[in-house]
Amino acid sequence: MSSEAARRDRPVFLSVEGWLRQFRERPIVPLLLLLFALVVLLFVVQPGLLGRPQAWLSSTIRFAIPLAILAACQSLTMLTGGIDLSVATVASAAGFIVASQAPSQGALPAILLALAVAGLVGLMNGIGIGLFRVQPLIMTLGTGLVAGGLLVVYQRFVITVGARVPEVVAAVAGGTSFGFFPNGLLILVPLAMVIIIGLHRTGFGRLLYAVGDNPIAARLAGVRTWQVYVGLYVISGLLAGVAGVVLAGVINTAAPTIADSYLLPSVAAAVIGGTSIFGGRGGYSGAIIGALMLTVLNSLLTVVSAPQPIRPIIYGLIILSVAAAYARVTDDT
Amino acid sequence: MRRNGWNLALFALMGGLLLIARLIRPEYGASDLQSLATEVLPIAFAAAAQAVCVIAGGVDLSVGSMMAFTTVTAAVLMKDGSEEFALVAVILVLLLGLVIGAINGLLIVVSRVPDIVVTLAMSFVWAGCALLVLSTPGGGAADWFKSLSVGSWGTEWVPRALVLLAIAVGLVWIPLRRSRLGLSMYAIGSDHVAALRSGVDVRRTKIAAYAVTGLFSAMGGLALTMNTGIGTPVPGPYTLASVAAIVLGGVSLVGGRGGMLGPLIAAFILALVRYDLFFLGVDANFSTVIQGVVLVVVVMIGGLVAIRRSRRRA
Repeated sequence: MSSEAARRDRPVFLSVEGWLRQFRERPIVPLLLLLFALVVLLFVVQPGLLGRPQAWLSSTIRFAIPLAILAACQSLTMLTGGIDLSVATVASAAGFIVASQAPSQGALPAILLALAVAGLVGLMNGIGIGLFRVQPLIMTLGTGLVAGGLLVVYQRFVITVGARVPEVVAAVAGGTSFGFFPNGLLILVPLAMVIIIGLHRTGFGRLLYAVGDNPIAARLAGVRTWQVYVGLYVISGLLAGVAGVVLAGVINTAAPTIADSYLLPSVAAAVIGGTSIFGGRGGYSGAIIGALMLTVLNSLLTVVSAPQPIRPIIYGLIILSVAAAYARVTDDT
Repeated sequence: MRRNGWNLALFALMGGLLLIARLIRPEYGASDLQSLATEVLPIAFAAAAQAVCVIAGGVDLSVGSMMAFTTVTAAVLMKDGSEEFALVAVILVLLLGLVIGAINGLLIVVSRVPDIVVTLAMSFVWAGCALLVLSTPGGGAADWFKSLSVGSWGTEWVPRALVLLAIAVGLVWIPLRRSRLGLSMYAIGSDHVAALRSGVDVRRTKIAAYAVTGLFSAMGGLALTMNTGIGTPVPGPYTLASVAAIVLGGVSLVGGRGGMLGPLIAAFILALVRYDLFFLGVDANFSTVIQGVVLVVVVMIGGLVAIRRSRRRA
């Protein structure tokens, strides 16, 4: 205990240990540095971007927003030691429902319908995981399969000729104000604040950490863990639905597969953001930086015109090395 | 006994599904059985691959990518080679599988990152490697190689693909299961601290388990080349299918429990469900829905049984 106190007294920036402690306790700082390094690298290889940094910044943020929301699903479920593999399908479904229903029903009812479907999938996940104690990996995999199949069937039977993303969604999610301010931030920022404050200041948020840290201890302490799981996965489903609607607005296309490729990046963003996949440790703020980093990385790989096969290889290796750096530094032993 | 009970139930389920197929389509017979076995072969190998690392307490999300990498390698090696060289190609591809699987295991052990994250990241890497080998579907396969998975053996009721599956999995798994290494895999899967304290080299065992996973994935990749005659560099849905098959097959995702027979039967069951629905005239798109429902319902029943058992004990 006393050595711990002594360590705290020493100036942080003078010792390697201090830096590591900084890393461990505030993972956001080194993450921001890493993000900054990636951005600098991008500007070095593509000096042309310096001419119009606002346009670049605004488009990067616009594309990072749906990923950041999906990363919230993974961060929250990973806090309890789970994972949600149905988010990509749910997001695709939500985006497609909005695009296909809005022309006949109007934008708002279509969005509400999409969110209801997303919440329903989340509810199924929650019931399976909370009441039947199915492993989250399997349960969300299964519901993802079911939802994906139903989506294809739905696409067959609904009239999709006139399907298009409603203008209001495209404007709010994909548009910009004053020439550079991405309107999508108006969705992400309040959402992120609710999640971050909710995690630290509300009982439900603390229950997530408690259940993830030790589910048996939480149950013995009187927590109705199944209620936590049901609530959590419904929230995760709803967030995935929001992400899908936003993504539909960003890419402005009516297709039932828009978010399918976002599944692995969403997990990666949460892992880079410092949430332990075993539960009990992490948060959401890092995942937002993680989403930004992956988006910048993507444009970096596009800009250097890396051959198509090289890109996933670099992508995978970077995810792995960031995760490994985390494991090294946050390992308390 | 309990594991055998689960396997027996799976056998009964498979028999029931075959019976349904026969009832719906009276002409369902030997040739349909052969084509079923041919079609299931890659999924069955993927299930075997996933089973090994899950038994050892891990999970491998790169099975599909490793299959893509090995199938294109096989197709490229066999394209211009002679019939005899194809045999060398098969051995080389199996070695490749062993090596990339071992790399997965090594990275997990060295980096101390959770298995699921490492194999997720490596699934990108192996998929990229597949594209490096072959950018578009192509390549070729030797004639004798392609004939391995079609037709029958002896009587027309024994599909050749089934015999191939039994021999390939049996040759690797039965000696392994009986060896010290196999026992160690079950040990680190069920409790790695206890295994460590009783003198098991946890790190080496884990690498070996992932190497075997890679080997079975390579067999799955070879089966893909066998069935199509070419190599496709895009990973199929085999990772998810393999997880579904092992869970249905009675391998606990927690590790340390389950065998090899269950996942293999489960792979057949998942395919048969689709066949039966197809014969019933159900929209083909419903097949993924039904597969998902089967998966979810089975694991829910399993969860319910486990809860009741623990309540009774308490």
